[in-house]
Amino acid sequence: MSAVMITRKVRKWEKLPGKNTFCCDGRVMMARQKGVFYLTLFLITGTCALFFAFECPYLAVHLCPAIPVFAVLLFLFVMAMLLRTSFSDPGVLPRALPEEATFIEMEIEAANGNVPAGQRPPPRIRNVQINNQIVKLKYCYTCKIFRPPRASHCSICDNCVDRFDHHCPWVGNCVGKRNYRYFYLFTLSLSLLTIYIFTFDIVHVVMRSMNGGFLNTLKETPGTYPLKLSLTVLEVLVCFFTLWSVVGLTGFHTYLISLNQTTNEDIKGSWSGKNRGQNPYSHKNIIKNCCEVLCGPTYPSNIGTAINPTVSVTMFIVLSLQKTTAPLIPNEHTPDDAKPSIAASAEKNASPKEEHPAATKVPPLASPETDAETSIAKERAH
Amino acid sequence: MFHNLQELRHSPSLVTKVFIQRDYSEGTVCRFQAKFPSELDNRIERTLLEETVKTLNSYYAEAEKIGGQSYLEGCLACATAYIIFLCMETRYEKVLRKISGFIQEQNEKIYAPRGLLLTDPIERGMRVLEISVFEDRGSGGSSPSSTMSSGSSAR
Repeated sequence: MSAVMITRKVRKWEKLPGKNTFCCDGRVMMARQKGVFYLTLFLITGTCALFFAFECPYLAVHLCPAIPVFAVLLFLFVMAMLLRTSFSDPGVLPRALPEEATFIEMEIEAANGNVPAGQRPPPRIRNVQINNQIVKLKYCYTCKIFRPPRASHCSICDNCVDRFDHHCPWVGNCVGKRNYRYFYLFTLSLSLLTIYIFTFDIVHVVMRSMNGGFLNTLKETPGTYPLKLSLTVLEVLVCFFTLWSVVGLTGFHTYLISLNQTTNEDIKGSWSGKNRGQNPYSHKNIIKNCCEVLCGPTYPSNIGTAINPTVSVTMFIVLSLQKTTAPLIPNEHTPDDAKPSIAASAEKNASPKEEHPAATKVPPLASPETDAETSIAKERAH
Repeated sequence: MFHNLQELRHSPSLVTKVFIQRDYSEGTVCRFQAKFPSELDNRIERTLLEETVKTLNSYYAEAEKIGGQSYLEGCLACATAYIIFLCMETRYEKVLRKISGFIQEQNEKIYAPRGLLLTDPIERGMRVLEISVFEDRGSGGSSPSSTMSSGSSAR
């Protein structure tokens, strides 16, 4: 066989046609509208900053020094979860390449048979049976694929997302298979943080007023009394309103996790009402459902971001006279000046690329390819 | 000239691509259908392809298995706010590396001699197992030559 195999590292996210923004070499992926995400960041860091600056000194001295320490740990955890949810790939399904799209179209046409002129062709649906339940897979006209079960197309990001939950403007990203647990841990830890700050705000005010009259507590340092009053009130208000929404959201997602449902399925009523109890993805056991969602495997990214940043594309290329380029594996016919450039490109492909947050010491696909190159070249020689 | 004309006549070109779809009968776990595509009838023995698909399915099942190790990994990662993934490779990534090595090996030993090429499903969004079909060396047209494939299977 006279074909040669070359490896070319192409990052899929670079070619993703959806409405996402990428930065830091593909490690950060977000939706286009980020305004509400910045608001979230501001609210959390602002409220915590006020808490650390005004409440913590008093509480550490008069109550327990562990209080601010725990608050710091909790705050760091919240921020880590928020950033992880916002920046990671939710489970975007890459669009079908032209050959795959054509193949699917041919299958659809074969299945539909001849449609008389003037009649609308039947909707493109495939039925699969999962755990004795018929599930309809819909065809996505944008991505040109039949969506896997539980996947849905996000119109804001213009991508199909696997196990699509919802698009959350507060985190500035879709919530899907890959980042749902981070989203849940974010809402859970944020609830805890809000309750924590709210409680200690109240404790602080109560303690100070016990030491001498309510108004006196706020008059301690004459120059800052209006400021302290307004800041404390501000913190309490922010915490109070955040509490209701975030704790409610956490409760709602806990309910969904126990039933192994997504927000999308819940809104559409896929497994409720007359279909109640027929969710084919549920293990019918709350603990098992929780374990699967929260402690399940960490799925790889299909578009080559963060967890699996470099995806290589291996293909055969045909050496033909129409392309007057040198063969990519030097042989006896290669002009001598072309050989160093070929060696250089082979080396570049084999060099490890750094990745973050999940770093691997050697890129997973580098060595097998270069070995395959040499073995195919040997085959060529026969 | 980089080739003599004889070699050029034998350089293969892509005829078609065959796609093996996902099998969702067991839920959303990654599995590929064991159905043998009819386009490959003359190119490869049925058992070989089915064996490849079965092995791939077992690898994916291993990666997605929910058991003691995945719980441990999940809890440990959560306790460290997932920072541990900066130094540790997840189990799924380890299995993906194995799969990639397996596909390379299968391509070298079985598929390339028959003018076929498997593409790792991760590069197609885990949706399909793509098999590229090249025209056989020595045949003028696009129809595959059965003598060639029987000759190469003698390796």
